[in-house]
Amino acid sequence: MTGIRAIIRKELADHFSSYRFMILFALIAMVSLITTYMVGMGLKDELSGPEKPGFVFLRLFTSTGPLFSLVQFVAFFGPLIGLVLGFDAINRERSTGTLSKLASQPIYRDAIINGKFLAGTVTITIMLLSILLLVSGLGLTLIGVVPGAEEIWRILIYLLISIFYVAFWLGISILFSILFRGIATSALATLAIWIFFSFFVSMGATVVANAAVPLDQTTRKDPQALLRHVRIQRTVSLMSPMQLYNDSTGIIIDPTRRTTRSLVLMGPVERLSSARFERPLELSQSIFVVIPHMISLIAITFICFGVSYAVFMKQEIRSL
Amino acid sequence: MAQQAIVETDHLTKRYGSTVAVDDLSIEITEGEIFGFLGPNGSGKTTTLLMLLGLTEPTSGTATVAGFNPTKEAIKVKRIVGYIPENIGFYDDMSGIQNLQFIAQLNNIPESVSSPKIDEGLERVGLKDDATKKVAAYSRGMRQRLAIAEILIKEPKIAFLDEPTLGLDPEGTNLIIDYIKSLSTEHNITIFLSSHDLTQVQKIADRVGIMIHGRMIAHGPLEKLAHEKLGVEDKKISLDEVYMKYFQEVSP
Repeated sequence: MTGIRAIIRKELADHFSSYRFMILFALIAMVSLITTYMVGMGLKDELSGPEKPGFVFLRLFTSTGPLFSLVQFVAFFGPLIGLVLGFDAINRERSTGTLSKLASQPIYRDAIINGKFLAGTVTITIMLLSILLLVSGLGLTLIGVVPGAEEIWRILIYLLISIFYVAFWLGISILFSILFRGIATSALATLAIWIFFSFFVSMGATVVANAAVPLDQTTRKDPQALLRHVRIQRTVSLMSPMQLYNDSTGIIIDPTRRTTRSLVLMGPVERLSSARFERPLELSQSIFVVIPHMISLIAITFICFGVSYAVFMKQEIRSL
Repeated sequence: MAQQAIVETDHLTKRYGSTVAVDDLSIEITEGEIFGFLGPNGSGKTTTLLMLLGLTEPTSGTATVAGFNPTKEAIKVKRIVGYIPENIGFYDDMSGIQNLQFIAQLNNIPESVSSPKIDEGLERVGLKDDATKKVAAYSRGMRQRLAIAEILIKEPKIAFLDEPTLGLDPEGTNLIIDYIKSLSTEHNITIFLSSHDLTQVQKIADRVGIMIHGRMIAHGPLEKLAHEKLGVEDKKISLDEVYMKYFQEVSP
């Protein structure tokens, strides 16, 4: 275990002293604080009106403001943190010759990759936690509403999901740094994967759904066809980790959302009765709605790390 | 000095696809000696070292390092073996002293033990004034000296040195060769020195092995090889001549 501790310590020192980390952190902090400020000003206006909405504090994270909400920002930009922290994790050591030096020390070989992944995850956690605290602090002073216990729990769960989400992308980038010898190659490959999963999958989902269940003048009125269309589109788009993340954090951070589905078929009577009991979901119920999403997200994170682990352990250290 | 084999290989073979990197290698290295492992580039010297370190698995045959099997007991072997890879491999953005501290941590040497050793080691190789400089600013010779300091800190039983004088000027080469000699005499470390710098190896090696195309074609003390190949008893015979003789026989 001593080996892994030494490696984690060194990796953390590397991360925190790198320009890469500082630039990334400054960028994220700046955007988050600006977004929070704008959203907070909007919320303040709203709060001065006669209607007092619930869960005001959480709306700091979900309200879109003029640009985007904080949750959307992390969903979009979070992967970049993971990718930037890991895309040269192994291949840089390989090209400078430090990998064979490291492997010739009396440590298990998996200590190298475990140490790198853990150090990256710690860095991500520190980054996200400090951003969250910054945003909360600014939000507190702006709107003057103290979060309740349930809101704090929701924010903590949101933080946890976000850490896994970013760690998934860290795993992807470490995998690519093992697979590709060139640092530039692995950087480009990780970017390509990120763009593919974040943007093309959702476009592709629409295309697949249109091909499978074409919606024209007649079928548009058929609820069954419409439902099938939406279902196919959702299934395909869930292949994207970004969609999984958006769905799970959306429900967790916003208690008024009851389902991840965008289209729910309801009869007029049902609609009436559900509208009468429109209340925010309890935390446990919110978690219940998105537990499959959360588990999938955690699972792909572990799968991704597992694949990197297996590839790294089987690879010959030499083949320089 | 105990006449005991510390490194032993038994029909050690490594194939990469159809190419044979190391072919049926059987050698013995005695504790305390300096063994010069000679051969042209690509003759399988590095592959042999990697197999002895447990970083590469042999295709067939076995190796024993200080009684341990490097494939199965890699950690035990790595604990008592020092290794300087061909391209040395230090972290450029860390200072010399930080690099050594990191190695000490990886070897589980407590700081109270390692920090005087690090100072001593840096002093010994003449890097005391540059200890806090980043390794990126080091010259090739300084890196090699830092690698020697690393061996001094780890105090292994055996040191595997892969081309330690590669790319050094004559003065730097002499310095490194002197340090290697002192590793053997002062610290009683068995040295396995892979090189193609024959004149340097000749100065310090007790025995040499000549490796060509993955095969060890001759090994023994230099005088013996000279006697066999050139039929001379002269102790001043140069290794170059012996080596060229072997080389011409194998690849006409």
